[in-house]
Amino acid sequence: MATITTISESVGANRIVPTVAIPYPIGNPNLNKEDEHTLRKSLVKKALDALTTEVTEPTHFE
Amino acid sequence: MPPEYRPGKVGPAVGFEGLLKGEGEVIGTIICGDNYFNENKQEVMGMILNSIREASPDVFVAGPAFNAGRYGVACAEISKKVAEELKIPVITGMYLENPGLDICKGIAYVISTSDSAGGMRKALPLMASLTEKLVKGIELGAPEIDGYIARGMRKTLFMEKRGSQRAVEMLINRLQGKPFETEMPMPVFDVVSPAAAIKDLRNATIALCTTGGIVPKGNPDRIQSASAQKWGKYDVGGKKALEGFYTTHGGYDPIYANEIPDRVAPWDILKEFEAEGYIGKAFNWFYTTTGTGTSVGKSVEFGVQIGAELKAAGVDCVLLTST
Repeated sequence: MATITTISESVGANRIVPTVAIPYPIGNPNLNKEDEHTLRKSLVKKALDALTTEVTEPTHFE
Repeated sequence: MPPEYRPGKVGPAVGFEGLLKGEGEVIGTIICGDNYFNENKQEVMGMILNSIREASPDVFVAGPAFNAGRYGVACAEISKKVAEELKIPVITGMYLENPGLDICKGIAYVISTSDSAGGMRKALPLMASLTEKLVKGIELGAPEIDGYIARGMRKTLFMEKRGSQRAVEMLINRLQGKPFETEMPMPVFDVVSPAAAIKDLRNATIALCTTGGIVPKGNPDRIQSASAQKWGKYDVGGKKALEGFYTTHGGYDPIYANEIPDRVAPWDILKEFEAEGYIGKAFNWFYTTTGTGTSVGKSVEFGVQIGAELKAAGVDCVLLTST
């Protein structure tokens, strides 16, 4: 889970979830509490679901 | 052939002393079969180390090993040991693809040699000139100037032109198709074969790791804020969120992570998924280090260590977040 996904690719990460911003990858202080929670939960769910997906090369899960 | 210490010089050491031009003396030569070394490593290393300790030289020279793999590994292992334990400078010589190179290049000065002993006449003078400098306590120049293989270190230097000027000049040369030399060569990256997919998240144990520098407040293990030399792990099994944590990472604005550390390492969300039964278990230990400026070599080392621990603990998969 990273914002600069080109780095993730270059180090050989195979399941990549693009995130929000460098200082708050899994969060967004500009949102209200509830919306931030929804966003954060959906990002982590994406990552968990990515783990159940077969991949053959570095793959982005948008 | 077991190791043997002979006072004075034997074999290549004879020519080597001549190349020191009277600035140094070869006080002893250690002879050992490379197979014997590799098959009896612990014992041989101890014996060799003792001989060197007794002789107490100012500099230790091994090889050159050219592209001889077992000899290279023997030179590398003993070079590393001598540098670490006896704290004296160590010089060896190897071909770029010698498997011993990666073992010792960070701690020894390794002269780049040809792939066969035919390059002896070229290698020895380079090794001798480095030895001479080290004996005299002269600081070595950059790898390309003094002929050793880059050790993966960065040094602060004063330059005539400031960085922005040098960068623009490099860019102009590049745009004009002229040669330019980068000051920050990029390492070659590995291709990693993907791990198999998890069949059933509901029975999976998932660990959380980050390179975002999230540590308990006060940073008890003193994890570096840049160019990390270590990683930490913290038992957060009893926590619903990473309260009491902050970031020690020196490479991003810490305000948002210090407010809610889970914005960088989403432990709270992982625990929610655990409570809902979406995943089997959020692994109790949280693993962390600082990614900024940390070398690829160190990162690989951390990854191997952390991976081995997680595997042994029965963790099925890992969420790694980075800033």
